Amino acid sequence: MTKQHPAWSPYDNNGGTCVAIAGADYCVTAADTRMSTGYSILSRDYSKIIKLADKCVMASSGFQADVKALQKLLAARHLIYQHQHNKQMSCPAMGQLLSNTLYYKRFFPYYSFNVLGGLDNEGKGCVYTYDAVGSYERVGYSSQGSGSTLIMPFLDNQLKSPSPLLLPAQDAVTPLSEAEAVDLVKTCFASATERDIYTANKLEIVVLNKDGIHREYMELRKD
Amino acid sequence: MESIQAKQGLVGPNDPIQRTQLPYVTGTSVVALKYKDGILMAADMGGSYGSTIRYKSVERIKPIGKHSLLGASGEISDFQELLRNLDELILYDNMWDDGNSLGPKELHSYLTRVMYNRRNKFDPLWNSLVLGGVKNGQKYLGMVSMIGVNFEDSHVATGFGNHLARPILRDEWHENLSYEDGVKLLEKCMRVLLYRDRSAVNKLQIAKITEEGTTISQPYALKTFWGFTAFQNPTAGAEGSW
Repeated sequence: MTKQHPAWSPYDNNGGTCVAIAGADYCVTAADTRMSTGYSILSRDYSKIIKLADKCVMASSGFQADVKALQKLLAARHLIYQHQHNKQMSCPAMGQLLSNTLYYKRFFPYYSFNVLGGLDNEGKGCVYTYDAVGSYERVGYSSQGSGSTLIMPFLDNQLKSPSPLLLPAQDAVTPLSEAEAVDLVKTCFASATERDIYTANKLEIVVLNKDGIHREYMELRKD
Repeated sequence: MESIQAKQGLVGPNDPIQRTQLPYVTGTSVVALKYKDGILMAADMGGSYGSTIRYKSVERIKPIGKHSLLGASGEISDFQELLRNLDELILYDNMWDDGNSLGPKELHSYLTRVMYNRRNKFDPLWNSLVLGGVKNGQKYLGMVSMIGVNFEDSHVATGFGNHLARPILRDEWHENLSYEDGVKLLEKCMRVLLYRDRSAVNKLQIAKITEEGTTISQPYALKTFWGFTAFQNPTAGAEGSW
């Protein structure tokens, strides 16, 4: 008897790149707005960033249906948290929740590559970076998605993060100002857009600081 | 106790559960766009059985509730199953009798969840769906694929339409298209699909939905032109080919 093998895949890669950079009192999260499938473009104006809590924003790339499902789940869990604890979830708390949610589907994963950006309980910028099954780490900056291989080394060079192995632990957040960090992010995407076909169209930048949340857009190459 | 050897292609009693993995009777592209007063959607009436065009009067666009149109490409039987689900949904919505009714956004969300959950069970509804509608003056147009990928835009297309119609729409669509211009644009897309998609048939319906309601046109055919000189002697430039 011949073995039945699936003729279709439950996964698809809808592309896109996400970046987050933590500063002393702000956090910049950014993602492009192109959604693709194979060599086709489905949408030129699709947001990959979602605000999960007042001080916590998530950018995700990968398989869009899984990303949507993940966003819905986390938003629902946050609502329950608010009902139960009468307060917003902190970014580190959301970070743990996201990791657990991803691992819950360890044997049929959410094909979603996430970065979480926000402010921790002391008001300092915090960035968490994830793989598809929930392994995560707090870092000073990160990128995920189709353009991450192009952006990450550039960020490593520009932000000169101290080794996480040093004792005493050194602060990973960048001393750059908010404007400098936003400018750096724009440079990253302008470069990634040149060589990654899935990163293009528009860049959406979300900045979280003590004054609240601020969104801006930048045009990218559309080809 | 000996297990019965399953014959090739037949399901034996001890075989693992199998599910449909391939579509049988399929519809080809659906193309839709937003225009001044609402949504215009077009689809031909073909139902292909592999490479045969078996059915030529399949209605692939249906009105759902008061505010939406659903167009589907892919497996026709799965589309019909979906319509039964939606019938029940609309029925319960009407039974509330509270003056409220499911709009296109809600239906799009519902369909996305249905498609995604079926994909999670490895038993997908083999369709690409286009959901368009108008409610309270707000126009809405969205798409869901068979694995749950969904988005909304000013113009959408499924299947071959993605490759052939979308570029035309990206170039020529603009806000506040008149009804006539919208229809002309859709017909241009459908004509290209007719020429280049082998599973397209020259019998299509164009559906319109506005705040006032839905109209689905009678089936009609597009005018085509085959008198190009290049078609006259197709191997002129490459003797020996066909």
